[in-house]
Amino acid sequence: MNVVRTTGLTKRYGPLAALAGVDLELAGNTIHGLLGRNGAGKTTLMRILTGQGFETSGTVEVFGQHPYENADVLSRVCFIKESQHYPEKFRVKHALRAASLLYPNWDDRYAAELLADFAVPVGHLLSKLSRGQLSAVGVTIGLASRAPLTLFDEPYLGLDAVARQLFYDRLLADYTENPRTIVLSTHLIDEVSALIEHVVLLDRGQVLIDADAESLRGEAIAVTGPADAVERFAAGYQELHRERIGGSLRVTLTGAPDRPEPGLDFEPVSLQQLVVRTTQRNGGPIAAGKETR
Amino acid sequence: MKDDGRPLFLQIAEQIENSIVDGSLAADTQVPSTNELAAFHRINPATAAKGINQLVADGILYKRRGIGMFVATDARAQLLERRRADFTRQYVAPLMAEAGKLGMDAEQIKKLIDVWEPER
Repeated sequence: MNVVRTTGLTKRYGPLAALAGVDLELAGNTIHGLLGRNGAGKTTLMRILTGQGFETSGTVEVFGQHPYENADVLSRVCFIKESQHYPEKFRVKHALRAASLLYPNWDDRYAAELLADFAVPVGHLLSKLSRGQLSAVGVTIGLASRAPLTLFDEPYLGLDAVARQLFYDRLLADYTENPRTIVLSTHLIDEVSALIEHVVLLDRGQVLIDADAESLRGEAIAVTGPADAVERFAAGYQELHRERIGGSLRVTLTGAPDRPEPGLDFEPVSLQQLVVRTTQRNGGPIAAGKETR
Repeated sequence: MKDDGRPLFLQIAEQIENSIVDGSLAADTQVPSTNELAAFHRINPATAAKGINQLVADGILYKRRGIGMFVATDARAQLLERRRADFTRQYVAPLMAEAGKLGMDAEQIKKLIDVWEPER
């Protein structure tokens, strides 16, 4: 069953199309990876899915209904933003208390466990927490909400490698025990590539990839060797990228058979590399921009 | 589990096969559950399940309802047969390709194999 369905979804901010016709279906009880560069439209999409923004045109359904100001939908949805703002005098325990009132499946004991794991003191003012501790509070609320649809928008800012691993491990363990629909928006593709089952790659407001993570893994291959031999091999397959050094050529191909050929070197292409190459091929400026909102 | 570009379910299936071939998973013993594999390798449980299911479809594992997955009695024999059939493609072809680059012919390779001794 699909939890999310959009057709021809667009969002314009003046002359800028943050979403330019997104057709998407997200299956239930699946961990989805929402990937793409800054400004690709990921946050805009998640804001609309969670009723925090309104589409310009197209349709959007979450649990079969439009999410905007829809209490029935929103009680089943938890959105953990990259930077959540809390009321000024809020302490960690107040944020947890608010979340416990909001989410019917909230697990108080699990939340306390997670905070202890991340070493976040519940009595502290949220305004006094470090960037990483704030992210840990967000991650805790997202996991302990056990919301049927939970979206994490780059939840790892300020978390070090150890804390991020803790997040991934807890997410996987809890997801295994309590299957639900998770949308994970991230730039750290290598770190999550084994967790996500379905990949959506957005670029400039459009869907570039919408596929099963496992099928993507086998799809691209990098072939290196003498330029003429590589050219001969590559003919007829879709080329994502090419690089030259001296007389050697390396091309990244999709759909080519992983059949070793004498004289050619075959390397598998990781999900992260595939995403990078596919985005590059789509063109557009390379300069890093801040996420538009 | 490494993201080396190959489907993870194949890597999971291969690791279990390796354990059967080297004898660490004996015939008719239980293999780890999908959830145990997912937690250990830090992969999505659906992916682990796909690896297991592939082995069931291949007749390497069998299911005991309500208990779990077990190694088929003839699993090791099946795997050895398959790997022997694949030996040329996996090992001989790359060996000969490298030999060709170095200007060595089949006769020279045969001699190398004749005099080869494992290092102690």
